[in-house]
Formats: sequence, C-alpha cells, structure tokens
Amino acid sequence: MAALTLSGSWKRKNALPGFGLSLGFTLSYLSVVVLIPLAALIIRPWELGFDGFIAAVTQPRVLAALKLSFGAAAIAAVVNTFFGLMVAWALTRYRFPGKRLIDALVDLPFALPTSVAGIALCTLYAPNGWVGELLAPLNIKVAYTPLGVVVALIFIGLPFVVRTLQPVLADFGREPEEAAATLGAGRFQTFRRIVLPALAPALITGAALAFARAVGEYGSVIFIAGNLPMKSEIAPLLIIIKLEQFDYAGAAAIGVVMLAASFLILLALNVLQVWTAEKR
Amino acid sequence: MRTRGATEDHPLMRWLLTAVTISFVILFLLLPLITVFAAALEKGIAMAWNTLGDPDTISAIELTFITALIAVPLNTAFGVAAAWAVSKYDFRGKSILTAFIDLPFSVSPVIAGLIYVLIFGLQGWMGPWLREHDIKIIFALPGIVLATMFVTFPFVARELIPLMNDQGRDEEEAAMSLGASGLQTFFRVTLPSIKWGLLYGVLLCNARAMGEFGAVSVVSGHIRGQTNTMPLHVEVLYNDYQFVAAFAVAAVLALLALVTLTLKSFLEWRYADEIAAVHRH
Repeated sequence: MAALTLSGSWKRKNALPGFGLSLGFTLSYLSVVVLIPLAALIIRPWELGFDGFIAAVTQPRVLAALKLSFGAAAIAAVVNTFFGLMVAWALTRYRFPGKRLIDALVDLPFALPTSVAGIALCTLYAPNGWVGELLAPLNIKVAYTPLGVVVALIFIGLPFVVRTLQPVLADFGREPEEAAATLGAGRFQTFRRIVLPALAPALITGAALAFARAVGEYGSVIFIAGNLPMKSEIAPLLIIIKLEQFDYAGAAAIGVVMLAASFLILLALNVLQVWTAEKR
Repeated sequence: MRTRGATEDHPLMRWLLTAVTISFVILFLLLPLITVFAAALEKGIAMAWNTLGDPDTISAIELTFITALIAVPLNTAFGVAAAWAVSKYDFRGKSILTAFIDLPFSVSPVIAGLIYVLIFGLQGWMGPWLREHDIKIIFALPGIVLATMFVTFPFVARELIPLMNDQGRDEEEAAMSLGASGLQTFFRVTLPSIKWGLLYGVLLCNARAMGEFGAVSVVSGHIRGQTNTMPLHVEVLYNDYQFVAAFAVAAVLALLALVTLTLKSFLEWRYADEIAAVHRH
C-alpha cells in the first residue's frame, strides 16, 4: 500500500532498478522491528482506562522515579555542557601531550557496554573505592545515592556534547574573533559576544542528545544507584519491576510517559535551537 | 618574549582549560576503564583467566556471538536497502522515513525490551497463542535477537544514507546505460564506493549488538547458561559477589570496546572522505 502511493509520486523517470524491492523491504522491516512494537507500547496502557492510566503514573513511587530520571539527566546534561565545552575547546584549539589519547577516550562511553561501565563506576565510587575513599572523609557519598545516578549519567552523556561541538569549533574561522579583537574587545568579551552565540545551536543539540540518552539510561546507573524506592530508583528500573510483577499495563504507562516527556523536551530544545540559529 | 596573537587564549587560561580537560577525562572516563582491568587482575591473571573457563561464562560468550551474527547482518541488509531507496529515488514521505529510521536511538533500551514483552510476553498480544504452540520468544534467543536488532537498528542506515546521498546516482545510471544489470551495477559500482562507510556502520552496529545490556536484560530472563549474554553475565556474577569473575568478563568486553575504538579511529583517519560520519563535519 505505502509503496504504491509513494511510487505514484515519482518526479522524474528513474532508470535504476530495485525501487520497489528496496523500499518494500525497508518499510516491512521497519514496521516489524520498530513501528508495530512501539504501537503496542502506546496502545497497551489504555486498557486501564484514562483514570487508571493517570492513577498508574501518579503513584508516589512512579513519580519519584520519573523525577529522579529526568532531574538527574538534566543535571548531568548541564554539567556535560559546561565541561564538554571545555574539553572540545582544548581538543580543537590547543596542543598538549596525550591529546590524541584524550580525544579517543571521549568515545569510550559509546563503545563500552553499559553493565561494564556500571560495575566499574560503582567500584570506583564505593566508600572503599579509589575515588570513594577520597570523598568519604569529606562526608560525600556518591555510590548508592542520587548523586551516583548523576555521576553515571555524566559518564554516559559526555561524548554527545564533545562530538557535537568539535566539528563546529573546527569550522568556526578565526576571522570574527580577529575582527572583535581589532575593535578592542577583550578575550572574554569576544568569547561571550562572538564565540558563544555561534556555538549556541551546537551546545543545545549536544545537551539535548546527552539528556535524551540519560533519561532512558539503565545499565550504567543501576549498580551505582543502590535502587532504593522513592530515593534512588530510576524510571527504567521501575518498568522492569512492574514487568516482573506482570503489571504490563503499568509498565507500559511509565514507558509512554517517558517517551512523551522526552519527545516534548527534545521538541522544545529543537525550537530553541532553530530560534538561536536564526537570531544570529 | 613572543607576543600573544589576538585570537589566542591567555597562557594561564590555556593551562587551566587543558588541566580541567585532562582531569575530567581521567576522572570520568579513564579511571572507570582502569578499574575494570585492575579489579579483574586483583587476584592475578591466572585466576581471572580461569573464571573465563566456567561453562556458564562460555555459554554467555557463545550467545553474545550468535546474537550479533544474526542481528548485525539483518540490520546491514536493512541499512543498505534503506539507503538505496532513500538516496537513489525521489518519493514523498522520505524525511518521515529517515526520521523513523533514527527513532530507536531516542528510545530507552528498557523500553526497547518492553515493547517485545508487550507483544510476545506471557500476557502480551500473542502470548497465549505462542504458549499454545509451544513457541518461546521472550526469555529465549528470538527475543534477545529482536531487542538487539531494535537498539542497533539505525547504525548502518544512518551512516550510508548521507554518504549515498552525496554520491547521487550518476555513476549507477552510466553503468546501466552501458548495459550492466542491476545486480552488476550494485556490486561493481555502488558497493566499492560505499565499502568503508559500510564497514564503519557495521563496526558500530556490532559493538552495540555485543554490548547491549538494558534491552536484552528485559527480554532475557537471566537464565544462566541459557539466556545470558556477556553483558548480562557480568551483572549476574557481580550481584553474586563473584567480583573477579564479573570483572574478568567485563575486561573481555572492555577489550572488545578498545578494539572497536581503535578500528573506528583508524577508519576515520584513513578513509575520512569515504565515511559520512566524518565527512559531514
């Protein structure tokens, strides 16, 4: 069906074969693996009725988990935007020993399985771990607290910010900065008035990508979080707990809220990004 | 003394930013990586090596490879077909199609597992029917493969689409007009020009397929020696306080990640022009 209506709108005669085959395979595979299962997610919670759906997602434990997942993801995204900018800046503008190694390491969270990252972070920040034992005398507890969730989400989100900023920084010519300097602007003024506005769209994109990944993150978080209900239990874990109790509709309800909320936030950031790009 | 250029940062600033960068990366990225190997080797390399010989660990390694061997070729075939359709033809709804292809990247891995439980699980849409016919999908290999396919779905397509869009269709049309068949055109003209991009996409797809944890965790059931992949086995061993064994498996996965990163850096450096992910920048 879809292939027929699509092929009806060919603009110019195309001599290459395989349109029906490749598009047909693409659409069938996409439907079976992605679209139909996602439809199942969106339909399932409504068997509870509208009131039942609202009741399921406003349980105190569910609300606490959603608040933690979104809140910790937001904090981690802000931290990553700040430090990601510094890392990207140093990597594109400066030369220092070990730069290539640092640059390659930035991709590590993309490549390392999340359960491996999870047990490593937990061991590192536990009270007897390398970092944890330095923080213990200061009375800072990271492992098994919401702070641990933020630490794991910083780990997982950093490459999104750095890898989005790097190409933009590399393409950004020195001319506007030179012009600003000629006109008497100080280095900081140039950065704030010239460089930062130019980087804003990329910063927002990077932050949005890091945030979206962090909201749904599971593996790297569950070990270090301690998973105390109402305190350090993330929303994805609660989905799994509901599934284990055969509360499919309840699990799906949390999933729908997570999806809807992340799409709304991403949409808002997208609008903001277009707006900052136009403002320049 | 050399004077500082107008667009150069103050030396103190440069020193500060470099120090922050190095410390931040060491603290958040390098230390966790070192921890994996240090914890695995804490009781000596022989001990770590021996734990890898455990039958449950071996079966986890096997399952990981089997899963990747099914999911990666399927997603590769899909990626090539999708990129061919999107880049070589004009049709309405193209941008929606590409947006849908990227969709799995913005879905939580746990939700990626959940959606298949909702369909194939005991109380899922097809649950009762599957049970009657004694077909196991959830808590078995098919579910693990499906969840893996979902989370690795976009990798090949999203690398190939921009690459093939840039290449257009002139060369293929020339080959066809000279009498080549469709298949000949694909294998002799298209494939050679996308091979490095394709390899790059497959590399990333495979790394994620072997390392996926969240999605697979939901559908696997964690049955030892049967439905545990390596990332899941890490969790099982760790929760069992078998730390050396857990970190030994984790170290194997970390080595795999390092090999992937090395190959990725190599491809980005050597074939920068033929890889869209680098090209775009």
